[in-house]
Amino acid sequence: MTFLGMPARAPRGVGHLRGDQPFPAAAREALANSQLRRNVGHATTTIRGKSAAVIGELPDWQQLREAGSAIKADVMARLPELLKQLEARVTEAGGVVHWAADANEANAIVTSLVRATGSDRVIKVKSMATQEIGLNEALEAAGIAAVETDLAELIVQLGRDKPSHILVPAIHRNRAEIREIFLRAMPGVDPALTDEPRVLAAAARRYLRETFLSTKVAVSGANFAIAETGTLAVVESEGNGRMCLTLPDTLITVMGIEKVLPTWQDLEVFLQLLPRSSTGERMNPYTTMWTGVTPGDGPQEFHLVLLDNGRSAVLADSVGRQALHCIRCSACLNVCPVYERTGGHAYGSVYPGPIGAVLSPQLTGIEDNASLPYASSLCGACFDACPVKINIPELLVHLRNQAPHPAAERAAMAAAAYTMDHPKLYAAAQRAAKLARIAGRRGQGLPRPLSGWTAARDLPELPKETFRQWWAKR
Amino acid sequence: MNNHSTPAPLRPEDDSGAGSSRDLVLGRLRAALGDQRPAPAEVPRAYQGPAGAGDAHRLAENLADYHATVHHCSTGGIAAVIDRLLAGRAAVVPPGLPEGWLPPGATVLRDDGHLTHAQIAAKDVVITAAAVAIAATGTIVLDASLDQGRRVLTLLPDVHVCIVHTDQVVASVPDAIARLEPGRPLTWISGPSATSDIELDRVEGVHGPRTLHVLLVT
Repeated sequence: MTFLGMPARAPRGVGHLRGDQPFPAAAREALANSQLRRNVGHATTTIRGKSAAVIGELPDWQQLREAGSAIKADVMARLPELLKQLEARVTEAGGVVHWAADANEANAIVTSLVRATGSDRVIKVKSMATQEIGLNEALEAAGIAAVETDLAELIVQLGRDKPSHILVPAIHRNRAEIREIFLRAMPGVDPALTDEPRVLAAAARRYLRETFLSTKVAVSGANFAIAETGTLAVVESEGNGRMCLTLPDTLITVMGIEKVLPTWQDLEVFLQLLPRSSTGERMNPYTTMWTGVTPGDGPQEFHLVLLDNGRSAVLADSVGRQALHCIRCSACLNVCPVYERTGGHAYGSVYPGPIGAVLSPQLTGIEDNASLPYASSLCGACFDACPVKINIPELLVHLRNQAPHPAAERAAMAAAAYTMDHPKLYAAAQRAAKLARIAGRRGQGLPRPLSGWTAARDLPELPKETFRQWWAKR
Repeated sequence: MNNHSTPAPLRPEDDSGAGSSRDLVLGRLRAALGDQRPAPAEVPRAYQGPAGAGDAHRLAENLADYHATVHHCSTGGIAAVIDRLLAGRAAVVPPGLPEGWLPPGATVLRDDGHLTHAQIAAKDVVITAAAVAIAATGTIVLDASLDQGRRVLTLLPDVHVCIVHTDQVVASVPDAIARLEPGRPLTWISGPSATSDIELDRVEGVHGPRTLHVLLVT
């Protein structure tokens, strides 16, 4: 039961914050896909090297992180006031501000805004918020086609696939697979298409050009919104963002309420932190900033939809709220040994990797994503990589304490401790595990009551004889 | 679960619907923060602030690193460089681009604010000035002044020729933020259109101009 005005979680039955299966089951499937592991491993290795090089160019990187972290903490402390200030500035500049309590309401607002224009198609620039709320599905249900224009999103859409990374949703695909998807699903594609990245990019350019020029409505997300000035910013690479933010008559921006920043000056911090942490560039190719409507330049109708969808509930947890500091750079994914092996799909939510493991369960309520806080070895690499210093390991432990299955976990650990203290039992358990392996039942794990522990972990390959057996023969 | 019903506004102008959601969200946020509001944090700005004039050589290096082509010339030499870059192709230019920058006899369409997107897209080249350039990142910022034009001008042609005077070069991102006016439409450009979407490797040339020429004018 939720009372009016009490913080609320993201509702079920809409959007993409919940997976079809728990992380351990999904991860086991992903681990069996060696192509996926090679693609993700190659990409994350590349980006880690690039990012480290450009971060090394800034002697004040740690001071920038400190500032970024403090600005975000300040935003959380003053969120209601900053949002009202943003609303006032955007309205003064000719924009219209809408408030959406959850995914259903945001989808309804955007659908009615698109309908009011008479258009049956929108062009979209990659946005985590609109993926989170399932906007494309809601628009399709209303007879409105949503065309993703980001290259990776296009690869995902044409491949009838799911995004697997915050920044590069098609990171699980290599160039040969992308070529095959284009040949199969891109209308009018040149059959002589090669798998050269440059050639693949050119194919996307040709394919989308006419759509950009003829579509009257665009939907975007926002990387930053400045309360002091009403300015919005979208950071991108390809120019598809500029197309969407410049060419159509109507622009609809859906933004999570945590994206607001207090002052124009704050951008000097985040425009240094974000590109170096995300794509490993000194600066991304294009950033567009706009304030309301500018006569004669760009969309003449601008709507800003401010989205809660569980964020108020995250804010209510004084430890958990730092997950709202996230600027979606994806550095934590790229350094995570778990993500590198499972890829993004195993997390079930549009927010994968370490940040997803702490954000998704808080947006949905822990009961709907109970296994995610365990999708980590607590190695701490994500904390070191985070440009706004979110203490992800601390949050993981915090959420494990709230998860519904720690009781089973505790019982299993107690049983394991007891068994290891009692040599005969331990030997029996080891022999049982070995038998299970020999019988080809990998994944079955240890016999009860230790099965509670191995349900979330595959047992390591066991030697032919146990150490105890080998010792006994000597 | 969320049991209260929040009717979505059927039309955006419907104040009652929009108003109640606004109050609902703001009420939730106040409740989330509780009576014991966390104290607004003091932001430590110990990072390097504005440093003033930037090094044009560093700008040129960083532009070239992201595969923009840099040309050095004097004010009097701008037209000759542009003539060579146009190589007979037609260009579109913003209303306030100085006439003296254009080579005599060049085929130039000047935007009066009424050109259609198709007319702009039909030109191979766009020539503009810039508002500011950032040495540390190899970034050019356009602010839609009359010598830069509306944003669409620099988006549809495949070649962007941008004229930057060395006194417009600043050292760092904080310098640019201090100089720019947030109310104007701003476009930050760092190299040609690119993507990292295929195996996380930067590849030039997707939807924006695939070639960027920067004239550094002393």
